[in-house]
Amino acid sequence: MSLALRSLKVLQNPVLSYPQRVRQLAALAEELLDYPPLSPQAQAALERRVICDMHEGKAPYRPRYLLPDYARAMAQGSAYLELPPPQDLDEALDFLLMLYTQVPSITTYPVFVGNIDLLLEPFVEGLTDDQLDRRLLRFWRMLDRLLPDAFVHANLGPHDSRVGRSILRIERQLGQTVPNLTLRTDPQLTPNSYLLEAIQTVFAVAKPHFVNHPLMVQDLGPNYGVVSCYNSLPIGGGAHTLVRLNLKKSVEEHQGSLEDYFAHTLPHLVELTAQLAEARIRFLVEQARFFEHDWLVQEGLLSLDKFSAMFGVFGMAEAVDLWMQRLGQEARYGHHPQANDLALRITQHLAALVANRPMPYCQGHNNRCLLHAQAGIDTDYGVTAGVRVPVGHEPPLFEHLQAVAPQHPLFAAGVSDILHFDDTAKRNPQAVLDILRGAFASGMRDFTFNLCDNDFIRVTGYLVRKSDLAKIEGGARHGSDFWAANSEANFHLTQRAAKRVSYHERQPEPAV
Amino acid sequence: MNANQSLLCDFIRFSSIDGPGNRMVLFLQGCNYNCVACHNPYTINPCLHCGLCVTACTSGALSLEGGEVHWKPSRCKGDEACIRICPFDSTPKARSFSLEQALNEIRHTAPFLSGITVSGGEATLQWPFVRALFAAIKSDASLNHLSTLVDSNGSAPQSVWEQLLPVMDGAMLDLKCFDNALHQELTAASNQPVLNSIRFLQSQGKLHEVRLLLLPGRNDDAQLLKQTAAWLAAIDPAMRIKIIGFRPHGVRAQAQHWPQPTAAQMQSYTQIFAQAGLTVQAV
Repeated sequence: MSLALRSLKVLQNPVLSYPQRVRQLAALAEELLDYPPLSPQAQAALERRVICDMHEGKAPYRPRYLLPDYARAMAQGSAYLELPPPQDLDEALDFLLMLYTQVPSITTYPVFVGNIDLLLEPFVEGLTDDQLDRRLLRFWRMLDRLLPDAFVHANLGPHDSRVGRSILRIERQLGQTVPNLTLRTDPQLTPNSYLLEAIQTVFAVAKPHFVNHPLMVQDLGPNYGVVSCYNSLPIGGGAHTLVRLNLKKSVEEHQGSLEDYFAHTLPHLVELTAQLAEARIRFLVEQARFFEHDWLVQEGLLSLDKFSAMFGVFGMAEAVDLWMQRLGQEARYGHHPQANDLALRITQHLAALVANRPMPYCQGHNNRCLLHAQAGIDTDYGVTAGVRVPVGHEPPLFEHLQAVAPQHPLFAAGVSDILHFDDTAKRNPQAVLDILRGAFASGMRDFTFNLCDNDFIRVTGYLVRKSDLAKIEGGARHGSDFWAANSEANFHLTQRAAKRVSYHERQPEPAV
Repeated sequence: MNANQSLLCDFIRFSSIDGPGNRMVLFLQGCNYNCVACHNPYTINPCLHCGLCVTACTSGALSLEGGEVHWKPSRCKGDEACIRICPFDSTPKARSFSLEQALNEIRHTAPFLSGITVSGGEATLQWPFVRALFAAIKSDASLNHLSTLVDSNGSAPQSVWEQLLPVMDGAMLDLKCFDNALHQELTAASNQPVLNSIRFLQSQGKLHEVRLLLLPGRNDDAQLLKQTAAWLAAIDPAMRIKIIGFRPHGVRAQAQHWPQPTAAQMQSYTQIFAQAGLTVQAV
């Protein structure tokens, strides 16, 4: 289909809102450009989809994920926005909202709205809880109505705070998918009463997601944020791009022994994936020259030396199960130690290879990519996200945690395992707290849990409401709902099948 | 009875319904009651090694060797054909389980737990093992953050509780019925030892909660519940009561079609105990 025809279909699509059409037309415009130069081998691997660019587009002109230093902006004010430093909570909330409208990302809107408790706590003195709740409720509602999808992400913790408690109350009251929410959790600093409040909030609205703060600080420094779907990155920086290696395909394409896979195939594919990242980074920095032009850089809210790129992997479950079949073993990933051990060996090998591959413009991580267990996209047929156990085949909770926990320390840029809890947990939040603490003590980095009896489904890492999916054929205000409808149709995340609606943020129709 | 060895039906590593927080639960095999509404009747008797289950097993996990039924866990698919066919309220999966094995499993799981609950069957029938297990937990620096609870039908005499008290943090007792004649009908045993256990454990500060399994039309008469509540509140007005509505899951054929309490009935049970001042939770 020609680009002209694809454009026409976008602007005629009755399911898409006007802003959704504008964003898709912008994506189509990128298709007119040439892809940044790749080696023939990397080009071929990209076409076979053994390596993948997340359909980011041919010509990256803004980093995929960026985490502006909002604290700095609020302290110094902004010449670009013509705003002085805010003096009270109302001014602070206005300041942030105005700033958010000027923050790009792969989704065209911010994927990170800040460590919101740290940003706002200095302004709450003298306000009653009721006054605080009223203001934050309006602010939270504006985030949901003004920002286009559930990849927008706010962070709390690790300390208890009035702002944090207020936001948890508001989350339970509003039941919105936007923003996504992470609680940075430190066994020493985060009190049980606060964690229990957060757990009660998960029961109601399936968020927050919990991260192991000490482990994050060890890998990323104290000033980090969790953005979009479980991507952990330094504040003031971010990730130029996210490329990923399909481990399932890497095994399917490999002919030879397991030792040969480790000695040749994996290193070769890691190099091709790195070449893809490098080409995209060079275009962003050298051709689009984002870091020379953008006001966020000029005002010191972003700096190139805090950026790196994300090297994602997915399909570990299928890769390991294929190897087990070839080796004549009945073991399956998530269920048997031999399979889990092989998965860990693959990740350790990948981590070493990525740590040995220099990458330009990645001073934010010693000129290397950050390893990431990528949480999947809606078109990943038959390939499980990151290093997750396939949906519907998860072992009992304890065995599940034992299988995946050793993987987590190796993925500094985030890893996602979605754990399903029985509804009886609702009567015993302390039990969830025990498991959360145990998981972090076992080295887990990211911890998300779901109950099946509320309106929310966690898809790759973002949230969708079942009630919004049910009426998806009439359109949706949040772009992420369309992705979720595809994921639901393709992966049966719930029992109820939603009809498939053709939609893709980057490629509205397959580019045949 | 052996302090180093138990007859174990099974254990689960994570439970959110057997006491506060996340708990590992050991189900010991063997019970001195024979409740009509028992939810896991296969825990009542030891295996007689008759071999009937071997013929029923669909996964080849059972074999009869030297007159004894052997169970291979690695082959078991868990469809429980063995339990369904057993006419003697037992299971071929019950096994000898040593103190050391129990402690090993607990050590693996401890970082995720608030505590350990020993249930059954009737846990106190194997009290020397329970005492040894709890004592080992309390004297191990890596485990002594775990609370130790017993889930019991309350039939044990005071002398048994006295053995457990130094190492047991609390007991959750079932009171199947306050009316003794009805109690005998429902359990084939007198409720006098249960009432004694409630009084005694409360006086020792070791009564974690009293659980009432209510069966509509059988033990849920409002007058009877009021008497029950008054008696419990007189012992301790702040006593924690858990009302459990009957569900047919796992019960024997004769109770399969007994009615479950409606939401309104559960509400009225709860009210009766709340009006007596007790701390009541309905599940």
